[in-house]
Amino acid sequence: MARDLEAYLRTGVKSTPFCPGCGHGILMNAILRAIDELHLPMEKMLFVSGIGCAAWIPSPNFNADTLHTLHGRAIAFATGAKMFNPELKVVVISGDGDLTSIGGNHLIHAARRDMDMTVICANNMIYGMTGGQAASTTPLGAYTATSVEGNIYRPFDLCKLVQAAGASYVARYSVTQAVSLKEAIKKALNTKGFTFIEALSPCPTQFGRRNRYDAPADMLKTLMESCIPVEEARRIGLEASKDKIVTGEFTHG
Amino acid sequence: MSVQETDSILPAGSYYFSGNEAATEGAIAAGCRYYGGYPITPSTEIMERIAVRFREVGGVFIQMEDEIGSICSVIGAVCAGAKAMTATSGPGFSLMQEAIGYAAFTETPLVIVDVQRAGPSTGQATRVGSGDLMQAKWGSHGDYQIISFSPWSVQEMYDQTIEAFNLAEQYRVPVFLMAEEAVGHLRERMDVKPSVKIANRIKKKGAPPFGTPEDDGVPPMPSFGEGEKLLVTGSTHNELGIRKTDDGKVHEKLVVRINNKILKHRENIIQTEAYYLDDANVVVVAYGFTARSALFAAKRLRKEGKKVGLLRLKTIWPFAGHVIKEVGEKAEKIFVPEMNRGQIAGEILKYAECKVVSYCQTDGEIIHPHKIMELVRSLL
Repeated sequence: MARDLEAYLRTGVKSTPFCPGCGHGILMNAILRAIDELHLPMEKMLFVSGIGCAAWIPSPNFNADTLHTLHGRAIAFATGAKMFNPELKVVVISGDGDLTSIGGNHLIHAARRDMDMTVICANNMIYGMTGGQAASTTPLGAYTATSVEGNIYRPFDLCKLVQAAGASYVARYSVTQAVSLKEAIKKALNTKGFTFIEALSPCPTQFGRRNRYDAPADMLKTLMESCIPVEEARRIGLEASKDKIVTGEFTHG
Repeated sequence: MSVQETDSILPAGSYYFSGNEAATEGAIAAGCRYYGGYPITPSTEIMERIAVRFREVGGVFIQMEDEIGSICSVIGAVCAGAKAMTATSGPGFSLMQEAIGYAAFTETPLVIVDVQRAGPSTGQATRVGSGDLMQAKWGSHGDYQIISFSPWSVQEMYDQTIEAFNLAEQYRVPVFLMAEEAVGHLRERMDVKPSVKIANRIKKKGAPPFGTPEDDGVPPMPSFGEGEKLLVTGSTHNELGIRKTDDGKVHEKLVVRINNKILKHRENIIQTEAYYLDDANVVVVAYGFTARSALFAAKRLRKEGKKVGLLRLKTIWPFAGHVIKEVGEKAEKIFVPEMNRGQIAGEILKYAECKVVSYCQTDGEIIHPHKIMELVRSLL
């Protein structure tokens, strides 16, 4: 973490709690840079997270009110805090398993209500903290501790899911697109209503080692090459882009 | 805790309310201004009345997607400064258990009204039971304490809801009103006084929000948005809220304190009511709606010259073991009629030295006074 953002970090916390090669540090950086560039006052911000690696991005690292909740329930807790005190700028930061599997119901309902909050989903396509089990976001065929012959189920397209439920702003970027990711977070924070960012973040420890990535850098490289902008995907058509990860803004103001 | 005398909101006087309506008004009088709920029989009238009344008194109401969402949103609102409540019945209470443990561990004051119906599972949704009492005590994993009331009248649905909020604030603990369908749907007269005493949480800028020097203390509670940079977590935490997931001493200290802060003050929390105990050979110990039948029975039997007494438990948890012990030293027998399979009789057995006779009824009906009279006569 660059020193110019130190003011946003709680005194005494370690620089990063994440494994080597994890993308969450880049996401953490993008979130704090977005807040910094928007000059949002940290004393009016509330960061809510669930359980899992990504839930540790704000708690205890961010120098603001943080609410580290139950597995899957971050959005429900955030809803109560925001409803009671609308002055709070509420940001939920958690993982894909937390927000979209065990917590999937709260996610779609908060989007349906257009609840005024930003949800940032760090999607590493696997359960990291518990040791690499298949998630609702694990790609078809991917190897995990619980899909030893390859995942037989299709993953959620989280952006489509949240978009269909009625969110006001929906974007997906990979941590390899750090500047675009930061800009999208800024737009999300500046948009009233339910805003959703899916941040693709590699997990070399759990996903990489089971899926033939020799080094974290290989995962980042593959991720970078897999992403195509939404405009290009529209140009080349559904069939040609079906093996790609489409990034960009899907719903905006 | 700071105590404040406030307007009761509802004009003073007599009202003809259902128990569920009374609980709603009690909550509003106590300062409850956030409610997250989900429909479930036989508690739904509470949420429906809140939806209307909060528009008048300026509260925040949201109907959540399920009971898990309801209780979690309540905790979020409390952390943001609210006094907050939800109401439910058995299946919903089951869904809330994980979050109840979270509230106990993060010392988040809140109130849940459980209008009990006949369980287990979906059971008989419209009929009465009292089967959630052990769940109230032990429902979430790990060691923690809660406080629970057992109202027997519409008046108590009002009064005890106010007391529930006050104790929740005083001890930073979840408090449950373990009502039963029969009292939730009962309509009778109740009185509202012009003012009520309400307790508010202590705030102390910069003080540790999750620890006290004493092993039974209650720390001050700041809210989000006050610039305290609060760290709230359901993981083991030190007095500043910092996660300490591999320090056994921190865990022990926290678990001991959240238990002691209730148990060591139990004599200030527990409420019982005694009728004809001085010379009673048989003492009926009852609570909730069953205590109404038991009082009727005791009065009738006294008229017949039978030495029968009644001990009514107004609170269930923490348990009135010391009162039971005293009763058991003087009485020959304790009789415990319950609308469950003997949940509280088992607890009484731990403290009473005399013979304890349990009567269990789980047919979805209240226990009639004549049934109690008949059974007590057979014990005399």
